Amino acid sequence: MSEIFSPIAVPAAKPAQVASEGAATRAILIGIAVAFLALFLVLPLFAVFTQAFSKGIGAFLDAFREPDAWSAIRLTLTVAVIAVPFNVVFGLAASWAIAKFEFPGKSLLITLIDLPFSVSPVVSGMIYVLLFGSQGLFGSWLIDHGIQILFALPGIVLATVFVTFPFVARELIPLMQEQGTAEEEAALTLGASGLHAFRTVTLPNIRWGLLYSVLLCNARAMGEFGAVSVVSGHIRGLTNTIPLHVEILYNEYNFVAAFAVASLLAVLALITLVLKSVLEWRFAGELAHGRAH
Amino acid sequence: MVETPRPKTSLLRTFRRPSVIPGFGISFGYTLTCLGLIVLLPLAGLVAKASGLGLSGIWEVATDPRVASALRISFGVSALAALVASAFGFLVAWVLTRYRFPGRKLVDAAVDLPFALPTAVAGIALASLYAPDGLLGAPLARLGIQVAYTPVGIFIAMVFIGLPFAVRTVQPLIAEIDKEIEEASATLGATRLVTLTKVVLPPLIPAVLTGFALAFARGVGEYGSIIFIAGNLPYVSEIAPLLIVIKLSEFDYGGAAAIATIMLGISFLTLLAINLIQAWSRRRFGYV
Amino acid sequence: MKNAAARGRGIRAIGLSLLAGAGLWAGMGLASAETALLNVSYDPTRELYREINAAFAEDWKAKTGETITVRASHGGSGAQARTVIDGVDADVVTLGIPSDIDAIARLTRKIPEDWRSKLPNTATPYTSTVVFLVRKGNPKGVKDWADLVKPDVKVITPNPKTSAGGRWNFLAAWGYAYNQDKDAAKADAFVGQVYKNVPVLDTGARGSTVTFAQRGLGDVLPTWENEAYLVLQEFGADKFDIVSPPSSIYAEPPVALVAANAERKGTTKAAQAYLDFLYTDRAQAIFAKHHYRPIKREAAARADLAQLPEIKLFKIEDLQGSWDEIQKRNFDAGGLFDRLSRAGR
Repeated sequence: MSEIFSPIAVPAAKPAQVASEGAATRAILIGIAVAFLALFLVLPLFAVFTQAFSKGIGAFLDAFREPDAWSAIRLTLTVAVIAVPFNVVFGLAASWAIAKFEFPGKSLLITLIDLPFSVSPVVSGMIYVLLFGSQGLFGSWLIDHGIQILFALPGIVLATVFVTFPFVARELIPLMQEQGTAEEEAALTLGASGLHAFRTVTLPNIRWGLLYSVLLCNARAMGEFGAVSVVSGHIRGLTNTIPLHVEILYNEYNFVAAFAVASLLAVLALITLVLKSVLEWRFAGELAHGRAH
Repeated sequence: MVETPRPKTSLLRTFRRPSVIPGFGISFGYTLTCLGLIVLLPLAGLVAKASGLGLSGIWEVATDPRVASALRISFGVSALAALVASAFGFLVAWVLTRYRFPGRKLVDAAVDLPFALPTAVAGIALASLYAPDGLLGAPLARLGIQVAYTPVGIFIAMVFIGLPFAVRTVQPLIAEIDKEIEEASATLGATRLVTLTKVVLPPLIPAVLTGFALAFARGVGEYGSIIFIAGNLPYVSEIAPLLIVIKLSEFDYGGAAAIATIMLGISFLTLLAINLIQAWSRRRFGYV
Repeated sequence: MKNAAARGRGIRAIGLSLLAGAGLWAGMGLASAETALLNVSYDPTRELYREINAAFAEDWKAKTGETITVRASHGGSGAQARTVIDGVDADVVTLGIPSDIDAIARLTRKIPEDWRSKLPNTATPYTSTVVFLVRKGNPKGVKDWADLVKPDVKVITPNPKTSAGGRWNFLAAWGYAYNQDKDAAKADAFVGQVYKNVPVLDTGARGSTVTFAQRGLGDVLPTWENEAYLVLQEFGADKFDIVSPPSSIYAEPPVALVAANAERKGTTKAAQAYLDFLYTDRAQAIFAKHHYRPIKREAAARADLAQLPEIKLFKIEDLQGSWDEIQKRNFDAGGLFDRLSRAGR
């Protein structure tokens, strides 16, 4: 499933000859493709910014004078700061175990790691309600011990970790598999400790792939809506993340503010895309994708 | 695959093939622990909750007309959207890999926008574009086509989120195609169309199918971008994930869990289908 | 290699300081917490409780010298009740319809069963009703409930399964029809006719308002009276008209203390004071200002009251019995709404 994020390392196209379409066909196809993308992808992005600035820059800035907006931003950053490193550690461990060793049931394990990709965000949130809600499996135990998971930071973090669970692992597994174990074995033979070999051999080899996956993981963690919406409780100034804050503003007829805060997320998306493209262009050879596995 | 003699020192050793690389125990253990606690245990809780209803109970929920129609809409529209996304995705991938034109890299980067843009933001943006008074909605309304608040709106949102999957699965394979085969085909007298349909396309089919399955799975589960643009009308434009949220609001945990379990089952099947396609492709074409 | 290692250290240092900074920032947010109450409310009360909460904080400070923050959470009434049932730490609930608070009481026992007798006026500090919001000049000529079943009229109303406003609309239509001939079967059929004209069912009253006012869908929005006036304020009185039907429903959005939560958090006193505050003249005046119908009319400004016209209001309990029965008959699984939407598709 990792191909979905693949950057493209394209061999330079030779001038068209027998094995290509005519110039006219080509122009038409390019036209259709670009028009389609502009209509479907770029226009919505454009709409976010035009709506955000539709009442001028003052109205735009007003959206960020609200303390609730800042607490939403703070909460979203906090969630990302916990969820992303967690997934990095998990991704490193999982890819180490899966790529460097042979054991039975490996493909089942990979499929299970993939599972959150195809689970509906709503279901991702709901499973935690069923576990930790006061009507849920551990509900009464948690109440007795005064532990609040749902409708508080832990629940939001859990739901976010769930939806971003495969991101790092799925980038690193093919990357490490491709790199094999020869370099680590050489380091170990030369007397390096396991941890040392990991730090000086493995990590430098995968650093761009890791950065790449962190980028995508972070974008998803900050932008997740469905799963977080189920477990958040929507308490203003307390459990509202940025996407939920956008929804609230939207429901308060405060469209300019809604789109202003949304534009913050759109900018984040653009930065993610730019960094991602830079990584792909400069370090295509050190990422897992772009090559048919 | 040389048979190595197995040192019978520990269970772990017999489980995995021996290697000088350390850290299997800790990394494998940590992986399983996280996977178990974060993914498997909660999903098991869901299935346990649903199984409280019994198979007949789940069947009853699934065949309730409103649930059945929400599932039909989710799966039906998603399949249609994945189809369109696959077709255009293929075209986009082809254009991006085969042709050189100014701004190509920019267009290539833009394909991933739906990955990076939060779904709620996409939802309000699409709703404002396709509303009867929106930039695209107004001209369409004059043509008598209503997009927002109808199943067409669901379709648009699903194409939006599914497109990158469709493009990115076929793109690397198009890049890998050996041009010499095409040239050989052309030299042997095949027209370009014949070359494309008989030589170029067949090996790409598994990737197209994988892209379709991914876009489909994503579309079925999608919530954030759809609820803003779908009318959410029972039997017409109500999607299954929304019905789960509604069931929760009605305090019907069993019903919500049952729908979720059905969707989960189908996610499993889709993943399985993807794996089978890839295995078949590996046998048939030697790559994925 | 050395270069790479140095770069790695740099990246790590940046990462660590980002981490520390964010942690500090988050910590600061938590550290500033003082006594805080959580009011879990329904959809259209966002503006109302913003003002009420500020007024209460002021009042509490004057009386006790303590600083208090009241946080609010809004959404479809049913969805909000669900979050309380699942464990949101609400001190008080101020929901759109009694059956939602009944559900919390029944499923969690965090609210006593007899909550309606704990506060004056069956725990309802203000009432409201359902009026029609139509497009300027009322092009479809909607004047009364009977007009909602005209074939060319599109009605926008929220999903009665999840929204209290949706349920009041449903019950108001039913009550109107029942009052014509005192025939329940005919009233059921009438409501079915109304819902045939509904193109969009949003999950909350707010969603429906946005669909009608912002997205320009539909001809009439039966909605909370306060919500209709808010639309005039927010979207401009030149775009919409409010039509008050000759008769409508007596809508009671009730309030209750979530006793078990407040006790555990040690906020019972403040939470009770908050609910009592809703019955003070100051709060009553704020209700009227936001176009809710105060139960103490004398406390409200004359100009605010003048905006609330005389409408003949009926109580649904007089027509259908207790709230348990009302909920079961109309909205529970297999109830009237389910049967109508099955038949109407």
